[in-house]
Amino acid sequence: MSAPIKIKVKVNGVDYERTVEPRLLLSDFLRHDLELTSTHVGCEHGMCGACTVLMDGVAVRSCLVFAVQANEHAIETADGLGTETALHPLQQAFMEEHALQCGFCTPGFLMSIIPFLRDNPRPTDEQIREAIDGNLCRCTGYENIVRAVKKASVTMAGKAK
Amino acid sequence: MKPAAFDYYAPASVEEALDRLAELGYNGKVLAGGQSLTPAMNFRMARPAALVDLNAIHELEYIKTPPEGGLAIGSMTRDSVVEHSPVVLEKAPLVVEAMPNIGHPQIRNRGTFGGAIAHADPAGQLPGISLALRANLHILKKGSDRWVPVDEFFLGPFMTVIEPDEMLAEVVLPPLPTRTGTSYKQVSRQRGSATQSAIASVVSLDEKGKVANVRVVMMSVGATPLVSAAAEEILIGQEPVEEAFKEIATKASETEIDPSTDMHATAEYRRQATRGLIIQSLATATARAKGKGG
Repeated sequence: MSAPIKIKVKVNGVDYERTVEPRLLLSDFLRHDLELTSTHVGCEHGMCGACTVLMDGVAVRSCLVFAVQANEHAIETADGLGTETALHPLQQAFMEEHALQCGFCTPGFLMSIIPFLRDNPRPTDEQIREAIDGNLCRCTGYENIVRAVKKASVTMAGKAK
Repeated sequence: MKPAAFDYYAPASVEEALDRLAELGYNGKVLAGGQSLTPAMNFRMARPAALVDLNAIHELEYIKTPPEGGLAIGSMTRDSVVEHSPVVLEKAPLVVEAMPNIGHPQIRNRGTFGGAIAHADPAGQLPGISLALRANLHILKKGSDRWVPVDEFFLGPFMTVIEPDEMLAEVVLPPLPTRTGTSYKQVSRQRGSATQSAIASVVSLDEKGKVANVRVVMMSVGATPLVSAAAEEILIGQEPVEEAFKEIATKASETEIDPSTDMHATAEYRRQATRGLIIQSLATATARAKGKGG
């Protein structure tokens, strides 16, 4: 019904219950209803990748999923990766390699790369470029992002041992 | 950039979905992966009164190998699952070859095999691939079902024979004959962006190395994906040589397509690209068919 619908969504391990209109996009639900603002909204038609989040562990565009479709699913956003004093190794690598300038695209890159490195812990540069071909960055020219992913893959593989 | 209001239904079974579609009639619209419909709704180019979301119907997500050969793919199978399936690579390598051109990894994680075909974007890859592979489409409605050969499926841009109270449930890709090679070629400004022109070729050779059957499908150059009649006229029963490929490419690009000019490419560019891609695609498919020996 276009009448609001009650949904239960787990975001970054926390259970939320909210009542939402069917037309509410998951990206807007995360930002406005839950005030988790790491998910950035760029193009709202699936081109830019800034709103990428994980849905049941898989990277998706949150602007192309309705919030009601996240009912009974688990969402992960960049809010859940690390803290200011304890960055996630991927965030640390982005900082060290200057893989961001304005930072608008960064959460989308992070959430695309997290599952990629999980499935492919020692990627080649070519594989990294393929993995991020759905994320636009207008600042860095991508070179530093590729370097950061490479670096993170080494530090993360080291920690796994 | 926000969708208009709509009623939302998330049936848990095919039966429940068909009941709902029957009840809604013209007001209902099936939501599959939503990677084309949702952006169209965000732009308000599409304003369905009600969505019937199939994402909770897991019985529509499968890749099967029927006893008669080929593949049967459930309409809600995610593109990324198809893309990485060893059995799809073995039975229908054309599908796997085209996959990386469909949007981006995040799009393919959500987009579905059947949804893309039912959406019938003339610039889409999977409508053209299903045409090249002579797919059979299983369409359901409340109380009945029908099988539609893909040659009769596409009516125009974003238009198919599927009625408002029907839904696509399964796509069957028949087995390829022995000594068959396939090839997908596409040009776009960057991978994952809009198709300027794309060609899918299927070439089957006889024991003497002559062409037993050929299918060339042209995408993004007409109202639907188009099958080249010239390819069959010129090549069947003949040696697969470059001279013949060039003749087909010239005839097809000059007389069989109706490309339009838009922000992605001019009509003339699409025509030239189509000519070049047909030659490349037929050469690659032929080489692959020969590689299979037999």
